[in-house]
Amino acid sequence: MFEGASNLAAGVDRSFILILAIAVFFTVGITAFMIWTVFKYNRKKNKPARQFTGSVTLEIIWTAIPLILVLVIFFYGWKNYAPMRKVPADAMQVTAIGRMWEWSFDYGNGKISKILVLPVDKAVKMNLHSVDVNHGFFIPAFRVKEDVIPSYNNYLWFIPKFKGEYDIFCSSYCGLQHSGMNTKTKVVDPADFTLWLDSLPATGNIPDAEGLTLLKNTGCIACHSLDGAKLVGPTFQAIYGKKHIVITDGKEIEIEVNDAYLISSILDPGKDIVKGFNKGMMQPYRDKLSDAQITLIIDYLKTLTGK
Amino acid sequence: MSHSETHPQVSYLEYQGKYKGILGWLTTTDHKRIALLYMYCIVVFFFVAAILGLTMSIEKMRPGQDIMNAQTYNGLFTVHGIIMIFMIVIPGLAAVFGNFALPLLIGARDVAFPKLNLFSWYLYVIGAILAVLSQLLKGGAPDTGWTFYVPYSAGSSTNVIWALTAAFILGFSNILTGLNFIVTIHRMRAPGMTWFKMPLFPWSLYATAWIQVLATPIVGITLLMVIAERVLHIGFFDPALGGDPVLFQHLFWIYSHPAVYIMILPAMGVITEIFPTFSQKPVFGYGAIAISSLAIAFVGYFVWGHHMFTSGISYWSKWFFSFLTFIVAVPSAIKVFNWISTMYGGSIQMRPPLLYAISFVFLFMIGGFTGLFLGALATNVQLHDTTFVVAHFHYIIFGGMGFAFFAAIHYWYPKMYGKMYSDRWAYIAWGFTFVGFNLLYFPQFIIGVQGMPRRYFDYLPQFQWGHMLSGFGAFILLIGLILMAWNLIYHVKRGAIAPANPWKGVTLEWQIASPPTLENFEEIPVIKHNPYWFGTEEEIKREKKSVTRNT
Ligand code: HEC
Ligand SMILES: [Cu+2]
Ligand SMILES: [Cu+2]
Repeated sequence: MFEGASNLAAGVDRSFILILAIAVFFTVGITAFMIWTVFKYNRKKNKPARQFTGSVTLEIIWTAIPLILVLVIFFYGWKNYAPMRKVPADAMQVTAIGRMWEWSFDYGNGKISKILVLPVDKAVKMNLHSVDVNHGFFIPAFRVKEDVIPSYNNYLWFIPKFKGEYDIFCSSYCGLQHSGMNTKTKVVDPADFTLWLDSLPATGNIPDAEGLTLLKNTGCIACHSLDGAKLVGPTFQAIYGKKHIVITDGKEIEIEVNDAYLISSILDPGKDIVKGFNKGMMQPYRDKLSDAQITLIIDYLKTLTGK
Repeated sequence: MSHSETHPQVSYLEYQGKYKGILGWLTTTDHKRIALLYMYCIVVFFFVAAILGLTMSIEKMRPGQDIMNAQTYNGLFTVHGIIMIFMIVIPGLAAVFGNFALPLLIGARDVAFPKLNLFSWYLYVIGAILAVLSQLLKGGAPDTGWTFYVPYSAGSSTNVIWALTAAFILGFSNILTGLNFIVTIHRMRAPGMTWFKMPLFPWSLYATAWIQVLATPIVGITLLMVIAERVLHIGFFDPALGGDPVLFQHLFWIYSHPAVYIMILPAMGVITEIFPTFSQKPVFGYGAIAISSLAIAFVGYFVWGHHMFTSGISYWSKWFFSFLTFIVAVPSAIKVFNWISTMYGGSIQMRPPLLYAISFVFLFMIGGFTGLFLGALATNVQLHDTTFVVAHFHYIIFGGMGFAFFAAIHYWYPKMYGKMYSDRWAYIAWGFTFVGFNLLYFPQFIIGVQGMPRRYFDYLPQFQWGHMLSGFGAFILLIGLILMAWNLIYHVKRGAIAPANPWKGVTLEWQIASPPTLENFEEIPVIKHNPYWFGTEEEIKREKKSVTRNT
């Protein structure tokens, strides 16, 4: 019965039905009771009013029953809410960016889209980012909504269950065109998704590769340029595969820069000195960089092809 | 307290003090006249804000732009909200019927600080003028919504500061009224009126007054902080200045949730007076009703986070706020059961105040039960910031507080003016109001569930049917309101003379003339019974044997 458009929809809808059933039962019952008393005890019947003033038993009953019911509703509402905040580790990450008054979706690597395309049956985590005022990210069909507040890293996640198109609204008032701040999400086959993502041009800021970030953070680029300029050390431009003369144990030999050479140059720079540079300028990074980090750096150096 | 030796028989409406005519009203310290001053202001502003609401409904009957542009619409819902919330529903029942009936119900000649009472009214008028100016001045009507959420409100170029200042001043008017009532209730009850011999409308005003005094300053400070943010760029809330936007939401709702109880508690109090009178029977569960008012006021302080479930507050704070929100529902349920049991076994006379009271219970139940959908975490995710919320709080505020206001005016009108309105026209007006109200708001529950966000100038075509029905409902509702106002205004002059006690009520206000004299009681009554004492001694003794009393 509860086949929602996302994995979270059924829980929301079940909670809804539970509360609805209780609400209708009491509203109808109490209203009927009021109408009945008005007729049954109408003054036209000339019966004197009875003068009782209360009943402790009844007070206890109608404190206890509502209390139990609301606690059940509370618990059920919470139980069905809890999964919404537990993002599976393998979820695909997309950043929803809210600005007055449009949405954009950042898939990483500078790939930014105005509509949200998603592969069916795959968990997606939406990181919510606002560049100006509060917005609200709301996909009614998926039963998901979270506010998009500047400087807060709010998020939500879900698994779209069926292919199709669904509306996305801005739910939190954000000024003049608030009601125009809507777009669509298109749920497609995983293969189609890959095709679409590949053909999406990279128009946004491309974030630094992890290797470059390491080079920056460790301070390597203070001595090594990326663009061919000669600093304290040789440039990294087109370094991988390059042939040049190094001085090893006082002898000049020609080497080709490969993985092993790079590793040894980073861990033990005094071993081979590049001709034209001074020994002792670069300190060994033996205890400062892990093997994994060195691999990342080398991967990055390989991409610096020179052009 | 001065004496009324000069004209002991003259009613407060005719009594002439130092000044004549309008000046006599503007300088009055009589609680009944101040009540009417508030009422006239509130009724005028209510019609203004209702017409703003109607134009919004008309605009939304079809998608796209029809009679106004988006900026006008955004200004309208902001102004509609500010007037309705800060100028009508928050002060409403306490300022009008609290002022009018509280001293009468507890056997006092006035409130504790009559001059302060008049001063509160002047603050109210100043606040109201500022609010109106904010609409008309050069920058354009504020467009932030009545909630003033930062960062938008820190940047909007409209007259936000005027509106904030207005709300700030209106808040002080409220605080002073609350203070006045607390002292009045503590110090001025008639001899013999112990706490548990006090009628229940004063009980609800007492609970309300504490919220007014304790919670309102918080919103005052918060609004000042937004002003400071705009003028001095301090950076309390705006992340661009290093502030925290969610902090604003906390501070705002720490007041504005309890404010809901400032509106609804006196409404419950009014209803609690009406059921016994028209059933000729003591209120059922006096103690339970009195205590539940205090419980609502107390627990109501700790549930504000339910307005912020999607704002990224921590997981366990959501748990906590949701839990307490459900707890606070219980005392309201207790009240409903006691009201309907008050009618059971009575001698019920259907008159307009009772019809409004019963409608109140019906609408308040719908408002309350739809609150459960919003308090439960799973369903809140879907419904937050949709028209479901709009419908929910209109059922509570308009269906609850509004219908209680209508019930109260139909109940105390004979006492206020010494005249009777037409029952028949009251029923006709009720019919339009009740049908119009439900037609206006009920469809918004359904489109809200389907995902129609609130504060939307435009919308997708699948939501049109709901907006269309709402639009028709708004027209019908307004016709009802106009009929109701006409019936009441017309009969102030031409109505039949009201007897002192048209409904056979037993509380103190019905034991004095209609309208009362300036100082209400020639002699302050001495209280011996509980306030809802209808039967003869014998009848009550007989009942005592068969049913437990719990007062
Ligand atoms: C204080 C300046 C300085 C810093 C900082 C520095 N280096 Fe060097 N590096 C040099 C000098 C000078 C040489 C040439 C002499 C040598 O081979 O020892 C060199 C040589 C190299 C070489 C061999 C280059 C070639 O063309 O054969 C590599 C690879 C290298 N450094 C990597 C790094 C990495 C990775 C870092 C950061 C973790 C780093 N360096 C930080 C100064 C520096
Ligand atoms: Cu928006
Ligand atoms: Cu609330």
